[in-house]
Amino acid sequence: MTYALEIEGLLKNYGDGFQALKGIDLRVAEGDFFALLGPNGAGKSTTLGIVSSLVNKTAGKVRVFGHDMDTDLSRAKLSLGVVPQEFNFNQFEKAFDVVTTQAGYYGIPLRQAKASAEKYLKKLGLWDKRDTPARMLSGGMKRRLMIARALVHEPKLLILDEPTAGVDIELRRSMWQFLEDINRQGTTIILTTHYLEEAEALCRNIAIIDRGEIIRNTSKRDLLQQLSVETFLLDTENTLAGPPDLPGFEVKLDDDGALEVEVSKGTSLNALFIELEKQGIRVLSMRTKANRLEELFVRMVEENAKQAHKVVEVSS
Amino acid sequence: MTFSALWTAFYTILTREIRRFTRIWPQTLLPPAVTMTLYFIIFGSLIGSRIGEMGGFDYMQFIVPGLIMMAVITNSYSNVVSSFFSMKFQRSIEELLVSPVPNWAILAGYVAGGMARGLSIGVIVTLLSLAFTQLSIHNLAMVVVTVFLTSALFSLGGFINAMLATKFDDISIVPTFVLTPLTYLGGVFYSIDMLPGFWQGVSMANPILYMVNGFRYGILGVSDVNPFVSLGMIAVFIVLLAAVALHLLSRGKGIRH
Ligand SMILES: Nc1ncnc2c1ncn2[C@@H]1O[C@H](COP(=O)(O)OP(=O)(O)OP(=O)(O)O)[C@@H](O)[C@H]1O
Ligand SMILES: [Mg+2]
Repeated sequence: MTYALEIEGLLKNYGDGFQALKGIDLRVAEGDFFALLGPNGAGKSTTLGIVSSLVNKTAGKVRVFGHDMDTDLSRAKLSLGVVPQEFNFNQFEKAFDVVTTQAGYYGIPLRQAKASAEKYLKKLGLWDKRDTPARMLSGGMKRRLMIARALVHEPKLLILDEPTAGVDIELRRSMWQFLEDINRQGTTIILTTHYLEEAEALCRNIAIIDRGEIIRNTSKRDLLQQLSVETFLLDTENTLAGPPDLPGFEVKLDDDGALEVEVSKGTSLNALFIELEKQGIRVLSMRTKANRLEELFVRMVEENAKQAHKVVEVSS
Repeated sequence: MTFSALWTAFYTILTREIRRFTRIWPQTLLPPAVTMTLYFIIFGSLIGSRIGEMGGFDYMQFIVPGLIMMAVITNSYSNVVSSFFSMKFQRSIEELLVSPVPNWAILAGYVAGGMARGLSIGVIVTLLSLAFTQLSIHNLAMVVVTVFLTSALFSLGGFINAMLATKFDDISIVPTFVLTPLTYLGGVFYSIDMLPGFWQGVSMANPILYMVNGFRYGILGVSDVNPFVSLGMIAVFIVLLAAVALHLLSRGKGIRH
């Protein structure tokens, strides 16, 4: 199997001595749509920064499509397109120039660079803005400009660090569509996001990183199957004084008066409704409390935090 | 990268640099033209007429090569230092870091950009000077080689300054406290023959003196120093500074964490 990205024992100590990555291993197969998830400061951008040559690693190996970054850097870079977390284009350049210049850095001759820039600016809905200086674009347009710039040399692996931060819902959906399309056409995609529904909608494989360590790396399907309990919120017609007793279900009444019901996997919801019916409680609407992946993610990170805490307690 | 891909990358950096300094021409091309015109009027025409001859030429003719050189030096330097530092500051340097352009090609692109600005100013100032005096060229090859190498050298200096700078103040310290004094004391306005022996010796330690005199030799045929020694010195400095710049780039000093 060809891996688009292989990371072994990646370690990063920043100049101030802070250890941001504690020797992580990660593999992303060719053609995958991969999410790297984790709370703020977990080490996502550091990892992607090392892969993109923006951060120096302290130790470890990185290979992009088999090209070792220590010995075959130029070929590794040619296969890679990068959309960083923070805007990093020249604010004074026109959108079109930002993209064609980037193509030039990859050695693409001007005529071809212009054609490619046109193609991707059009695909990302920025063609009208081609003569606008980058700083005068809106936040969402700037993100899309960075995506166009990252694709101009048609990389086989596209890395996106929070591509949809600050992008409105409609645009986010159209960006998802776009990313799914280019993934289907063969581009491997790795993204980080704090919108778990995004990862759930797009990705096939997921790694969760916390405090510089990968705490989980598996397929989305396996991960979701692991979710043993799902929490539902029920809005009822009658105002309830306290949580009703529903045998077989864990029930709470939340502040807004909605019923919070935990349902273990495999339990039929019919049983829940039969019981509610019996007690004369009429349900008007029902929704899941959190997106499924989000629920799992929160549990895992909390669990990891507890363990980290224990280690500290033991060692101190 | 293949040779033609490397050439494209180099050329892209160069054209982006040219686009930058022509876009902001009121900050880059206009000021030296104005300053140098003032020098020509005040030192050349007004005061110069009272000074009489220097080095066998009238004062205006004597200072023109020095002033051209001064403009080339400051503009080559400041083009690279401002452009590269602002790339660092806006982080658009990352566009280059993710790409396969090797460090030496990045350096070459910026140096060529600094030379493009320095030499354009050189041409502008030369044309302006023609309004005040006549220039005949003693040795064209010497003129061209000296001005090209000097411009390359100070572009490299600007690049190193930008690599080391961490805040905007840092990019004006060297031009103000090192470059300007060395230029003024580098024989732009006088021949070091006029100085007492001790100060002549001190002046000989000023590298800019050699560049100004090498260039003056090319135009007027007179020089305080051997023009070939000048060329040799510039070449040695170029090699030295290029090595330093490449070392800083490969360590990613100030641009990669
Ligand atoms: N230049 C730096 N110098 C020192 N420490 C740094 C530097 N950059 C990041 N760090 C630290 O490394 C850790 C990981 O940061 P990183 O940016 O990789 O997190 P992240 O997972 O991308 O977080 P977020 O979701 O907030 O973007 C953080 O504790 C951060 O403070
Ligand atoms: Mg981040």
